[in-house]
Amino acid sequence: MNYLLCTLFEIKWLPDIWAVILVSVIGFGVVISLLILTVLFLVLAERKLLGFFTQRKGPNRVGLWGVLQTTADAIKLLCKENIELLSSDKFIFTIAPIMAFASVILLWCLIPYNSEFHLINSSVGVLLYFAIASLPMIFHFLAGYSSNNKYSLIGSYRSLGLTCSYSIVLMLSVMSVILVSGTMDLDKIVLFQSKTWMIFSNVLGFLIFFIATLAKLNRCPFDLSEAESEIVCGYHTEYSGMRFAMFFLGEYAELFVMSMLVVILFFGGYLPPFGMYLANAFMGNCEFCSYLIYFEQTIWLFIKTLIIVFVIIWIRATLPRLTQVSTLNMFWKYIIPISIFNLIMIIMMRALW
Amino acid sequence: MDKMVLNLGPQHPSTHGVLRLLLELDGEIITSVEPEVGYLHRSLEKMAESKSYIQYLPMVDRVDYLSGFFYSYAFCNAYETLNHIQVPEYANYIRVMFMELNRLASHLLWLGTYLLDLGAISPMFYTFREREDIVTYFEKVTGQRLMYNYFVFGGVRHCDIYLDEALRIVDNIYNKIDEYEDIITENPVFLSRTKDVGIISKQKALDWGLTGPNLRASGILQDYRSIMPIYDDLEFDIILSSEGDCYSRYIVRIYEMRESVYIIKQCIEYLQNINLSNVPLNNFYHKQKQHEGEIYSFVEAPRGLTMCYLKSVGEDTPYRVKWRTGSYYSTQILKDILKGVYLSDVMSIYGSLDVVLPEVDR
Repeated sequence: MNYLLCTLFEIKWLPDIWAVILVSVIGFGVVISLLILTVLFLVLAERKLLGFFTQRKGPNRVGLWGVLQTTADAIKLLCKENIELLSSDKFIFTIAPIMAFASVILLWCLIPYNSEFHLINSSVGVLLYFAIASLPMIFHFLAGYSSNNKYSLIGSYRSLGLTCSYSIVLMLSVMSVILVSGTMDLDKIVLFQSKTWMIFSNVLGFLIFFIATLAKLNRCPFDLSEAESEIVCGYHTEYSGMRFAMFFLGEYAELFVMSMLVVILFFGGYLPPFGMYLANAFMGNCEFCSYLIYFEQTIWLFIKTLIIVFVIIWIRATLPRLTQVSTLNMFWKYIIPISIFNLIMIIMMRALW
Repeated sequence: MDKMVLNLGPQHPSTHGVLRLLLELDGEIITSVEPEVGYLHRSLEKMAESKSYIQYLPMVDRVDYLSGFFYSYAFCNAYETLNHIQVPEYANYIRVMFMELNRLASHLLWLGTYLLDLGAISPMFYTFREREDIVTYFEKVTGQRLMYNYFVFGGVRHCDIYLDEALRIVDNIYNKIDEYEDIITENPVFLSRTKDVGIISKQKALDWGLTGPNLRASGILQDYRSIMPIYDDLEFDIILSSEGDCYSRYIVRIYEMRESVYIIKQCIEYLQNINLSNVPLNNFYHKQKQHEGEIYSFVEAPRGLTMCYLKSVGEDTPYRVKWRTGSYYSTQILKDILKGVYLSDVMSIYGSLDVVLPEVDR
């Protein structure tokens, strides 16, 4: 990004302010298209994987190997009527899915995809990430609250209760990462792991963070705010058409971006797992390689992320759903004390070294 | 604080049909429950009074579409006892074999949907895979997947029953039950959802008239198969569990499936030793005049004791038919055991009772 910006500044082809805007728009476009493609792939991948886990074939009718299934579904949802109740709060009802999806897009902009392409590069990237990551939940709550349906309401307050527990855990375990790496900049956290990945120095932190991530993503076994066998669909019971698709696709986009964060915090982000880039290994240090490396970094990030996503889908295929009470019990009685303990251990380790 | 009245059903993903539960919620805690049934009433009892016996026979399978053979048997048995028809021994064995296969299919479907209610998606596909084997076998023999009309007054319709295939199916299922147990029985999330949830004490179970696996899970030794004459020559254990919670209801059903496999194997062994190709097929219906009298026949169905009351006044049609089904009583008890539990436990308790709504409403 900076490279492109500097080039534009140098050649004086555009006024500086327009160059900045142009570069931002290009970057944003890249992120958006990446997001859409990933989400379309992810929905298909989940359905395929769940199919394989349960000895089915999964979608295989639309396109080769069913690749166009999600696109067809999205187009169908786009064409469907947006039904809304007369008694719902129209404004919030309409704006909640849009805002929930928009805040997920923002999260995608915070991620360092490789050492060069980092749309919003902030020195407090982690904090910014979690500040924005808490937004979708608020809009989920508003969606459930405004749709004036009892099932939605129950889903909403379940999701609120869950938020109170997992956010603390998320922040506590991220704090341990920050303490180990000594920075809040996502880029620097990645670079800190160039020797060893964070997971080796902070295993407990990773486990806690992963569990809290599942809760944050509303994934099994913590999918109680949209438990279809109890409260139909939770907060998005009343939604249809594209508004429902916003929640649905937003959920998958969030799933992927949270997994990317897990990779960035614990598995070395875009760094290659062998300590050496394949491009360098095969082609030596040529000038072309330095461009190729950017692509390789992104590919490494995506491969690691897909492994995390696979584990999350695997968990969904295996476990039943926890109840609200047992989830709160688990978080407040066990996981929060463990994460505080972990934090203290990390602080002591830091003090001793 | 105001209480919220939540109308769970009649259309709801996990009521397994059209049950309506009027729940009064205080937060997530349920303060009162009012189960309402009758959305699937097909007047199967009244219809019997205008149809001849042979016309009514295909309908009894529809009392409960998941275990049709049991209702077929109960009705046939009532008619046979009333009219003093002797059923040949081989037919009794075939009947037992098919009923136990049906019990397997019914329990498999229960297992899958129960886990689906609890939020686990995979077990449903596994159990449906095995159930599909049984149902395909039924289709091969009787021509129907769910509504068989295979038992007739005085025996069974025909004897081409492909014993080798049945043996292969039950052997396969016996192994698969271990696989289900591997992923379910020790699963900590499953345990947290079912252990000490929805406890039905002995007294409560008897008071509300529970029967079948639900009663045996509460620690009461009552299995009507042990006093049914057609089970006399077969060896099997009655599965008992003492806790009375959802978990013990699960355990009872899992072990009952194993017992069913055991019973089926004994039947197959007997049937393989006789030549089924030239046994006499009975069809007494057209040969004789209907006797007068009344009779109450019973059978141990997957969802509890099923009884068929049949009164005849010597006409071609029954004077009165009355069904007693297990699910009806399992639905009643919800009123008692759902009080004071959390909303998320409603489905784990209701699912564990194995209620099938068509059977409740008839």
